[in-house]
Amino acid sequence: MKFKSKASLIPYLLWVALFVIAPIGLILYYSMLDLNGDFTLANYQNFFTPAYLTMTLTSFWYAFLITFFTLVISYPTAYFLTKMKHKHLWLMLIIIPSWINLLLKTYAFIGIFGLYGPVNAIIEVFGFDPKQILFTDFSFVFVAVYIFIPFMIIPIFNALDKMNPSLIYASRDLGASAFTTFRRVIFPLTIEGVKSGIQVTFIPALSLFMITRLIAGNKVITLGTAIEQQFLVAQNWGMGSTIAVFLILIMFASMLFTRTKKKGGRA
Amino acid sequence: MANDIIIRFDNVTKTYNSNTTVLKGVSFELERGKFYTLLGPSGCGKTTILRLIAGFDTPTTGDVFINGKRVNDVPANERQVNTVFQDYALFPHLNVFENVAFGLRIKKIKEAEIKVRVAEALNFVNLTGYENREIAEMSGGQRQRVAIARAIVNDPEVILLDEPLSALDLKLRTEMQYELRELQQRLGKTFIFVTHDQEEALAMSDEIFVLNEGNIQQSGTPVDIYDEPINRFVADFIGESNIVNGIMLEDYKVQFAGEVFDCVDGGMKPNEKIDVVIRPEDLHVTTPEAGKIIVRVDTQLFRGVHYELSTYDEDGNEWLVHSLKRAEVGAQVGLDFEPEAIHIMRLNETEEEFDARLEAYTNEV
Repeated sequence: MKFKSKASLIPYLLWVALFVIAPIGLILYYSMLDLNGDFTLANYQNFFTPAYLTMTLTSFWYAFLITFFTLVISYPTAYFLTKMKHKHLWLMLIIIPSWINLLLKTYAFIGIFGLYGPVNAIIEVFGFDPKQILFTDFSFVFVAVYIFIPFMIIPIFNALDKMNPSLIYASRDLGASAFTTFRRVIFPLTIEGVKSGIQVTFIPALSLFMITRLIAGNKVITLGTAIEQQFLVAQNWGMGSTIAVFLILIMFASMLFTRTKKKGGRA
Repeated sequence: MANDIIIRFDNVTKTYNSNTTVLKGVSFELERGKFYTLLGPSGCGKTTILRLIAGFDTPTTGDVFINGKRVNDVPANERQVNTVFQDYALFPHLNVFENVAFGLRIKKIKEAEIKVRVAEALNFVNLTGYENREIAEMSGGQRQRVAIARAIVNDPEVILLDEPLSALDLKLRTEMQYELRELQQRLGKTFIFVTHDQEEALAMSDEIFVLNEGNIQQSGTPVDIYDEPINRFVADFIGESNIVNGIMLEDYKVQFAGEVFDCVDGGMKPNEKIDVVIRPEDLHVTTPEAGKIIVRVDTQLFRGVHYELSTYDEDGNEWLVHSLKRAEVGAQVGLDFEPEAIHIMRLNETEEEFDARLEAYTNEV
């Protein structure tokens, strides 16, 4: 029996070794090479210069903004979804857009936000001059939030849906107003859903580069776009890998920060 | 006297989704400090009454009064009423202490007083020392007690209990029946208990309301309801009964199973068709010669305290008998009973008519 269970682990171990450990090892290895392929720690030194630190901060700031707005929109949406009669149908309708290719959706926004797009057409109707909405940090955050909303709604919806509705009655019965009930019962009981929603939003938002490039142009430079630049434009794989190493570290840190603390039984 | 009325329903109806009527014009008054039970099968409207008192629902028509004040539009969190839920509805993210303290914290009561009152409430339900336990670590019976402590700690006027014992096993359920009754008497508060279990209702209540299909069928003390059921439904729902068709020849004379018997009921029209109820424990097995009805024993079950005999008379009516002595299956036996054991029920008589008739003919005697 014991032998059997060990043997069945082999495919997983192989998978992890080939597709998790090996790439991370390669990134670490490349991060310690200079342009000539010689060993150096200069890339790490480089990372701690103001240019890269600012970039890290910018990435953090935008990832935070994106996560924040996604949460602010998704939580009430998920809450009202659970109150709907055909809640699973509605949830489905919200999820379906996430099946469409990311690049397609991004291009759609270029059309919508562009100088000759429908948004500017509406602005003109009200007598204002058309404005460049594309290539601003507003449009970048807007599109990113739109992309991430379904991923935030699903875990929050599940947490809300799982909650025993008589807990809300109990809270009201014990004298709590609707708002206090939310603060003291509903939100604490769905915090795990919020945490997983933050994880699936914040971590990818840190390393966004395609939306950043296409929607924000050169206005927003994040760690994601920096990696892309280093690999594709500057051909400096060493520096690109170094940034990637820090990105991985930051992801681990944010996962630790939002990890589930098991307390008592299940929520 | 009027001051002692804590809850009053005035012709309350409740309709869901504009076509399902769960309450059809219910009126009643509940006195302060008594143990009331709403008894009925599922879907009879008993839980709806509870939700209307708690404030989770509003009546479609009619009025609900608590302490003489109309509360139709008062939200649940502003009512002096607390509920013990069927599934306890304890907050899983809070420990025992915080669950019980929840209502007090909402009212912004001082920490020192919260400590004292929670300790008191937990002491009341024999859970002293469990303050720091997580809800997941508690057994069903313990959770039940936490839920009760969480309700009584707020010192409400009325405590509502929505089938709180249904999730417990038989032994624990019997134990909790005693405890709840005792708790109610110690606290002196009004308890409104909802159940579909007639034994629970009979054992615990000062007064029972029997409900069916959105109407109150009968209300009264457990003994009244057991001894004088108003109709087939109540007789059938409360305890086991033998119900046969009969004719009321005149006051105190009833004909059923082909014979004429003396009885203690009256006030009907001569030769009125009625239902006759005799409880199985009021029938005694005797020799065919001495019996008032002659029956054949069909089956016999040993029930521990007594034997349960299923017997049939010549007309094919089934007579259930609880007998302390064994009988022979297939044997002819006689059944004897006292005139007081015969309960007469008029067809389609309402509770008011029933009470009025009872009043009228008992005054004659």
